[in-house]
Amino acid sequence: MRPERFQNRPVRWWSGLEWPVAGLALLLLFNLTFTPGFFHLELRNGHLYGSLVDIINRGSPVVILGLGMTLVIATGGVDLSVGAVMAIAGTVAAQLILRPGFSFPALILASLAVGTLAGCWNGFLVTWLRVQPLVATLVLMVGGRGIAQLLTNGQQIYFEDARLVFVGNGHLLGLPFPVLLSLALLGLTALLTRRTALGLFIESVGDNPRASEFAGVSTRTVKFVVYAFSGFCAGLAGLIDTSNIKSVDANKIGLTLELDAILAVVVGGTALTGGRFSLLGTVVGALFIRTLTTTMYAWNVKSDVAPVPKALAIIAVCLLQSPAFRRRLAAFRRASPS
Amino acid sequence: MKTFLTMKQLGAGLLGRGGRWLALAACGLFLASCGEEPAKTPGGAAAEAGGGAKKKQIVVGFSQIGAESGWRTANTESIQSEAKKRGIKLLFSDAQGKQENQINALRSFIAQGVDVIAFSPVIVSGWEPVLQEIKKAGIPVVLTDRAVDAKDDTLYATFIGSDFIEEGHRAGEWLAKATGGKAVIAELVGTPGAAPAIDRKKGFEEVLAKNPGMKIIKSQSGDFNRTKGKEVMEAFLKSPEAKQITALYAHNDDMALGAIQAIEEAGLKPGKDIVVVSIDGVRGAFQAMADGKLNCTVECNPLIGPQLFDAVEALLAKKTLPKRTGVMESVYEQSQAKEALPNRKY
Repeated sequence: MRPERFQNRPVRWWSGLEWPVAGLALLLLFNLTFTPGFFHLELRNGHLYGSLVDIINRGSPVVILGLGMTLVIATGGVDLSVGAVMAIAGTVAAQLILRPGFSFPALILASLAVGTLAGCWNGFLVTWLRVQPLVATLVLMVGGRGIAQLLTNGQQIYFEDARLVFVGNGHLLGLPFPVLLSLALLGLTALLTRRTALGLFIESVGDNPRASEFAGVSTRTVKFVVYAFSGFCAGLAGLIDTSNIKSVDANKIGLTLELDAILAVVVGGTALTGGRFSLLGTVVGALFIRTLTTTMYAWNVKSDVAPVPKALAIIAVCLLQSPAFRRRLAAFRRASPS
Repeated sequence: MKTFLTMKQLGAGLLGRGGRWLALAACGLFLASCGEEPAKTPGGAAAEAGGGAKKKQIVVGFSQIGAESGWRTANTESIQSEAKKRGIKLLFSDAQGKQENQINALRSFIAQGVDVIAFSPVIVSGWEPVLQEIKKAGIPVVLTDRAVDAKDDTLYATFIGSDFIEEGHRAGEWLAKATGGKAVIAELVGTPGAAPAIDRKKGFEEVLAKNPGMKIIKSQSGDFNRTKGKEVMEAFLKSPEAKQITALYAHNDDMALGAIQAIEEAGLKPGKDIVVVSIDGVRGAFQAMADGKLNCTVECNPLIGPQLFDAVEALLAKKTLPKRTGVMESVYEQSQAKEALPNRKY
């Protein structure tokens, strides 16, 4: 578009995206060839219906968590608490919907605020108390579920309120509502990080916090903001997951989803050491993981062995992404003919 | 009480193996907080008074799997309220679905020298070492709700719980009767490796063996929860064989309730287009039956508190118990649902 402006920039928006995209494409190609009906799409009850829709629909909580996680990981941190924060936010929503007369927008705001607050707590531990991110967020990961259970008294809560059910089950323009929510969040995050200096600050803090500090970037504020944002994302994902099954189960909601989110970020090409990040990569990573799960279902792979092929596929993509591995592979290929 | 449990798990999580000391400290706190309670209740006071003549209050350590379903919550409540009623001090620990948490809890019960240990094992295998330790400490063990896979059956005193194979039989027989022995079935299996998942599948398949017109074409784990039940059913309904499916067998109600949502979203009528049978008999299932979406639930009674403490008292009186104690259960259909709904405690 404006090539003269970008001439000196070696990084394009899609750079680094080729490997995760190749992984996803290969997986889809496999399904196109061997899984009958995988690409079948139809309109049912006025909305799109098919395995592909399931993938983007069930994948959206991980996409949402992944967006927050990408920014946290870009600063060189990690947020293990997102699954538990989902449980807290979902519980708050389910508790409030059962109160007659409680305004619905206030309910949505309340559960998103609770998520953000949990994120602020993580940010506080990491920036002010200088606790290692892994340990700081582990506190809420373990304790958060306890909080959610205290709120529900260990009981499952059921609800039928049409407005809350819509968040996870509704359709707009033929697409599931969670998909639209995750697209909106992707757009917003991309806008905030790529059209303002925020993205640059995050990358510089992750790359070299001391140099950024000397350059006038408030490392503390940047880190605090990304943890708060990750909490917000977890709140939104919790709302979707709770709404999806019209009930909340503090022990199960979002369980091990923090690992899926981290995996999505890594598969998407963002390094755990911090620095440069790719939001689109994370989205592709999340879809890759979800496609793998759906493939396992379609192939009727028993759940106790399903993690093995999944792990193999993920390792393959991670290896392809590693420049060191690719160099060795190339060297091996060059050496072998002679 | 839950706060202390959380602290304990938090400690274990933070410090790994060293966390056990913190966990013990937290248990101490937990003890201190519970110690006053029985004295306040009339039953407790009676036990204290009686205890003066005999000896100290009975202490039972109970390790629960978690709170994965409404069924489990009812099970926990039954045990807790019965302990309170009888003035027995109950050390309750929630394993949050993890075997390692449960083993840690059992070891801390040994360290605290409880009179009887009771637990619902998360999965069937891997219990021998810790059960040996308990045996060496001379503490009798009561298994509740789920069995363990141990060659040496002297490792536990008795198993109180439902016969999961029998539940599978009942579900299968009901389905055979309802469909005239002709059904193409999708199955939602429980957590892989869990006793109810293994036995409910086995019992059901034994009935299928006698009915050649019934066959399972799809079988996948829904991990005993709603989200996975819904997700897996969605995938089933998109497979090329989807149109043939006439029945769904879910190993618990929660998965069936999730699957019912998926069936509705596919534009089908659960309970009519696809006959749904599940196991447990939780309140939500009775509601779904009253709405015509679920066809049958085989009861699996969680209210085992009274039977559990009868066994505890018998064991402490040095009586031997049969290795297996059954639980009172029945099968419910849609026609009975509306009537039974108000009386369901779980």
